[in-house]
Amino acid sequence: MKKAPVRDKRLDLRDLTVIFDGFKALNKLSLYVDPGELLCIIGPNGAGKTTMMDVITGKTRPDSGTAWFGSEIDLLRLTEPEIVNAGIGRKFQKPTVFEQLTVFENLELALAGGRSFYRTLRARITPAQQNRIDDVLEIIGLTKQRTLLARTLSHGQKQWLEIGMLLMQNPELLLVDEPVAGMTPHEIERTAELLLSLEGEHSIVVVEHDMHFVRSIARRVTVLHEGRVIAEGDMDKVQKDARVKEVYLGE
Amino acid sequence: MVRFGNSIAGRDRGGAWFLGILTLIAIAVPVLNILVPPSSTFHLSAYGIALIGKYLCYGMLALALDLIWGFCGILSLGHAAFFALGGYAMGMYLMREIGPRGVYGNPILPDFMVFLNWKSLPWFWHGFNHFLFAAAMVVAVPALLALVFGWFAFRSRVTGVYFSIITQALTYALMLAFFRNNMGFGGNNGFTDFKDILGFDLHSDGTHAVLLVITAVALGASYLACRAIVDSRAGRVIRAIRDAESRTRFLGYPVESFKLWLFVFSGIIAGIAGALYVPQIGIINPSEFAPINSIEAVIWVAVGGRGTLYGAIAGAVLVNYAKTYLTGAFPEVWLYALGALFVLVTRYLPRGIIGLLPSKDKVVPKAALLGESHEESARSRQAARS
Repeated sequence: MKKAPVRDKRLDLRDLTVIFDGFKALNKLSLYVDPGELLCIIGPNGAGKTTMMDVITGKTRPDSGTAWFGSEIDLLRLTEPEIVNAGIGRKFQKPTVFEQLTVFENLELALAGGRSFYRTLRARITPAQQNRIDDVLEIIGLTKQRTLLARTLSHGQKQWLEIGMLLMQNPELLLVDEPVAGMTPHEIERTAELLLSLEGEHSIVVVEHDMHFVRSIARRVTVLHEGRVIAEGDMDKVQKDARVKEVYLGE
Repeated sequence: MVRFGNSIAGRDRGGAWFLGILTLIAIAVPVLNILVPPSSTFHLSAYGIALIGKYLCYGMLALALDLIWGFCGILSLGHAAFFALGGYAMGMYLMREIGPRGVYGNPILPDFMVFLNWKSLPWFWHGFNHFLFAAAMVVAVPALLALVFGWFAFRSRVTGVYFSIITQALTYALMLAFFRNNMGFGGNNGFTDFKDILGFDLHSDGTHAVLLVITAVALGASYLACRAIVDSRAGRVIRAIRDAESRTRFLGYPVESFKLWLFVFSGIIAGIAGALYVPQIGIINPSEFAPINSIEAVIWVAVGGRGTLYGAIAGAVLVNYAKTYLTGAFPEVWLYALGALFVLVTRYLPRGIIGLLPSKDKVVPKAALLGESHEESARSRQAARS
């Protein structure tokens, strides 16, 4: 895979507060993601994980706080499409791939390029685009399935395909929401390998419930509870933390 | 360039068959009519030609419908409106072409206007004495209606059954409007008693044979145009819209404009079909706007097989052949037969008649079944957790 352009943007969230009807979904949340880092975020339901993703992608505006991507991109001033163009891609929990298109065609539609009816009517895949698709197929491990209709893929394969569609846009930061929900143990293992292979090339934020999975990929784990960070560090440190045990691990 | 994916270009066997049969019809029909003497059993009468021409026009309407319904999930229950508008535009030319040969002998005004005591031609009738102007209107009027209607509907994100209902209302409203005498389109009688087209006698077998050949060419060209669209990247976006509209929007595609241009193109094909229909059938009246016509067209597509283009055309021809036979032999059972056909096809042949033919697509790999069970287990596991 060809060397990606310089990737030096740090995601920096400071004192984010989001209030829904008096309920503080985020309560002075601060966290950062270094360039190329893979960060796992865990926390019980209602801890603010999804709200945090919504703020980063521009879907929800915070009541106070700042969110910067690098030193020049103020995420709070951008619209959702602008944030996508700034290099932040999000994978939602439920995989939505185009079932009646092949794996290859799914990736083709995710290619950067003209989006109008007229432009797509005349579009042909260039050799560079062909290579990009081949690279991504390799990364997500679906090279053999390229001509299969997406509906024939397993649940796990669909999830990878969707990650592949995100990768087509070559985002600098990937937000991945519960990637292994509903996967078989073997698929979980493959997903861990996939995310680890992306580390360094992309910054990645993974929100996940599956502790075993988190342990297998995370260098650094951030624990959210009631809209704020209550612990941070490597998995061992986090699991020994008294507050984490109390609120999340249920011990 | 090497193309991957399920690009149909290299293996459109159904399309090749269809174009082959169409070519055969275009050659055989004039031969059987002109070269075979009327005494022979193989002679094709003018009535026979008109019947085949009618089936081909309906095939074109079905093609237009399949393009938007089969590929983009837009179910129009008012597509016969575009067909009828194209037909009316052609009818206006044919009426002007009658000239002083009408019953009242007025060189400018068609008979129905003389009958209504009108003194001059309404403004919108001007220009229709020129064939090329009428031909332009055949395209422009359905296109404009599709553009305006589609713009409002798609901008407002009207989809699914709501879209179907308002298209049905659209064609019904047009039917009521065209029934009115003072609309200037001949009221409930519409237009008929045409004499000739571009100077060729509409009652001669030769003219009918030529019209049939032109219809076959138009149908073949429309098929190839639709095939080119659905095989392009735009076609894949269109299918993506059908299967996951908001996901497509999330990828940055302007979903509304894709739907709009596809709808306009489909309306144009339907309009041309209507324009070819009128000189061969010899009449156009407001009943062409009747909601049942649009619904029948949907049934043709469903019976033939959605999302294949040629399947829709085959469905139109087969259902109409059955209609010609049944309305002759057992007139009272036709509507029941049509309803039963729709129910049976929907229930037992979701891919239509075309789905009965052997095809590579039909083989569902084992992985598909596995995939579904994975999803099932995912759902139950997720449900269990939350």
